[in-house]
Amino acid sequence: MKVTLRGVRGSIPTTSPHMSHYGGNTSCAIVSEEDRILVMDGGSGMQQFNLPEGTGMNRVDILLTHLHLDHIQGLGFFIPFFNPENDIHIWGPASTTNSLHARLSRYLSPPLFPVQLRELPCKLTLHEIENSSFAIGPFTIESRFVIHPGPTVGFRVSNGRSVFTYIPDHEPALGANGLLTDTKWLSGFDLAVNADLLLHDAQYSYQQYPSKKGWGHSSMDDAAKFASLAGVKHLLLAHHDPAHTDAQLDELFADLKKRKNYSFNYELAAEGMQINLP
Amino acid sequence: MPAYAIEIILNRQLADCLSMPVFITDTAGNLIFYNEPAEKVLGTRFEETGEMKVETWSTIFKQQDDEGNLLPPDSLPLVRTIKDQTPNHKTFWIVSMLGKTEKISVTAYPIIGRAGNFLGAVAIFWQVKDAS
Repeated sequence: MKVTLRGVRGSIPTTSPHMSHYGGNTSCAIVSEEDRILVMDGGSGMQQFNLPEGTGMNRVDILLTHLHLDHIQGLGFFIPFFNPENDIHIWGPASTTNSLHARLSRYLSPPLFPVQLRELPCKLTLHEIENSSFAIGPFTIESRFVIHPGPTVGFRVSNGRSVFTYIPDHEPALGANGLLTDTKWLSGFDLAVNADLLLHDAQYSYQQYPSKKGWGHSSMDDAAKFASLAGVKHLLLAHHDPAHTDAQLDELFADLKKRKNYSFNYELAAEGMQINLP
Repeated sequence: MPAYAIEIILNRQLADCLSMPVFITDTAGNLIFYNEPAEKVLGTRFEETGEMKVETWSTIFKQQDDEGNLLPPDSLPLVRTIKDQTPNHKTFWIVSMLGKTEKISVTAYPIIGRAGNFLGAVAIFWQVKDAS
């Protein structure tokens, strides 16, 4: 299983040269194995992605954690949508009110976008998920609701040998006492437990987090503690704050490493990073 | 053990912030969390007892009406909520194991998750100030 990060910025794309190392595109990761491709989230990082030519591959599965704009804004520019030969499946969290189609159409329709969802020439299938388990090609996937405003899930993707857990927007420390260490009471724990690779929200420094509580995101400290409680082997700190430059991110991460001593591998996620799992 | 549904976790996080006693049960009525104000009512600390089976925690109080008659468990708000998955409210007297008698109102509500499934129940105790 190969994981390629195409967007690790949170909230809004950034273009500053001071942010070019970690990248400015919003949430998107490509997971591939054999002839199957999963696109995790549809942030601006999904633009310019296309299916490899000459392989006969025509199926793509897009797994949306939630429908905040920084996770769907790339959909209108997703090249495979515009090929009638392609078979594209979108999996997204169910809501108690409107269908996934109705909620995605709020963005993919005028006046926000000129092309409507129903006008896309590809064969498009939408799947509403909750606390669900499903299979796509060689992957088994579990989705679970996690703490973040609005219906939001995280994903646990397994190929039978390795586990990649993707929770880019998550605030497990929400509450009076911060992150609860009894894992029965830890949002997202079942998704992350013993994962080989976890990509997790780490938008804020621990100094910033108290003034952002309830916005749905984590501090770097809480993300690392969450990974430690879950027994994760490799943590990628992601969903970088759009105000944080490369230098600031390096500084915050160095400070975290100085204060906390975890035995597992953890690092800042950067656009373009590729991780191969068995 | 798998983590609780986030609807349960968020109810606990809310209870942690409140000054009213709050009790959270699973679908079978087992007490899975109570907050600090509830610790004063029970006379025990959650950190010490952990979760309690319904058979254990249901014997900590005796419930009485205004005339001192024992109330059947089925008439209590939390029991009815777990059974019917509906909100319930009632005012009555409780007598703790230490013999302390107190008039309280109890509001119980079911936790129905996003998927429409019943996940547990919450009971909030309100102290009743006697006008006399």
